[in-house]
Amino acid sequence: MTAFEHRPAAHCESGVTSNLLNFYGIKVSEPMVLGLGSGLFFSHMPFITLHGMAVTSFRPLPGRIFSRVTRLLGIKVKTRRFLNKDKSMQALDRLIAQGIPAGVLVGVFHLPYFPKEYRFHFNAHNIAVIGKENGGYVVSDPVILQKETISYEALKRCRYAKGTYPPCGRMYWIDRMKTQNPDLRRAAVKAIKLNCRRMLDIPLPFFGVRGIRTLAKRMRCWEKRFGSSRAALNLAQVIRMLEEIGTGGAGFRFMYAAFLQEAAAVLRQPECRKYAEQMTEAGDMWREFAAAAGRKFKNRGEDICTYDELADKLMKIAGMEESIFRLLRKTVNNCKY
Amino acid sequence: MKIEDALQEEQSIENTQPRNVYYALDEQGNYRQVLAAGCRAKHDALSLTWECISKEAETIRQEVLAGKKSPLAYHIRMCLLDIPLLAAYTGLPKKTIKKHLDAKAFLQLDASILKKYADAMHITEEELKSV
Repeated sequence: MTAFEHRPAAHCESGVTSNLLNFYGIKVSEPMVLGLGSGLFFSHMPFITLHGMAVTSFRPLPGRIFSRVTRLLGIKVKTRRFLNKDKSMQALDRLIAQGIPAGVLVGVFHLPYFPKEYRFHFNAHNIAVIGKENGGYVVSDPVILQKETISYEALKRCRYAKGTYPPCGRMYWIDRMKTQNPDLRRAAVKAIKLNCRRMLDIPLPFFGVRGIRTLAKRMRCWEKRFGSSRAALNLAQVIRMLEEIGTGGAGFRFMYAAFLQEAAAVLRQPECRKYAEQMTEAGDMWREFAAAAGRKFKNRGEDICTYDELADKLMKIAGMEESIFRLLRKTVNNCKY
Repeated sequence: MKIEDALQEEQSIENTQPRNVYYALDEQGNYRQVLAAGCRAKHDALSLTWECISKEAETIRQEVLAGKKSPLAYHIRMCLLDIPLLAAYTGLPKKTIKKHLDAKAFLQLDASILKKYADAMHITEEELKSV
């Protein structure tokens, strides 16, 4: 069995998944994993709060990317949660003793090697535990450039962080697989179709393109509702979700564009490269939105936008992404596998 | 986003650590991984959030020194906790925790409850009692 290769990645879950697959001899890049996991999403959920503010997220629920990718590639995985903290650690030890690397869901607030300024009560971070060394665990955290070690106590703490979406000691690993050479074409077609559905068809105003519009609508009244300082914090939280750790820039849009480039070759559909360009454009619009928002909440520079103008930018992005996914769906529907 | 853009923006940021993986276009228009510090807006968002937290914590600290609030209130802010979250960590009812934010009630706490709070916030009991 080969050694676990730690390859840094932009996003934690797609990074862990691609590193695990790599360990078992399936060479897929991180953007490919994101794409096959239908990992491009948007949700704005006023009914779930993080630090007292509505949650805005650019990714599907944690664990979804891993489960979708492995299902599409015909890989059997096991996922477990534990009520008993010690039992969860024993189960992890048993796996490591067999030489099986395990993906573990952790909260970042207690992660000792994490940079201090990123430590919020954010519970959807994925790491791979790959070995034991002097009583501590060797972990491969894709957003950190090198392998890290973490003590037993600290890992236990992280696996049982509390708050929004508690990890409950969840861990997952690859059990067995049907084939070393999965049919990427079939997988990519299915994944893109699912991603189009997730972005366009959920009939609630909180998810996909509709979610972006809802955020824009709510943003217009932030100042009136919360006052200027609280509104600025809300805006900062959106930007943190968009640009902070693990998006590869602009809330996964650039990574998804990278996937579309790869998919063009896999699907033998040169049009996909055109969509990749458009997705890059959408990503650039997100970046521009972030920059304008940054000037707004820092009160810096001359051209400070109002919340209305920021919301207009969001509406434009929503329109852009809607058209990309509609076109993409048309192309992919014609692909046979 | 082009690779130059990803790297260029870095120069306008003072603290360029830590660096993360980003995806950007090279000259041929293909996506590549680059290591960059991320865009300025992200750093602004982070610093604004932390400024806001330390400002609030300082206000609470003054109130604690004036005897209006208990040190627990200060540490809750410093650990970015709120009452429901602390309740989840300690297993204490939210109402009880709210009571302990009062300086007088906090002084009467026994060691076992202090230990629960200290463990939940990952600090020593001595630290918990001081600000």
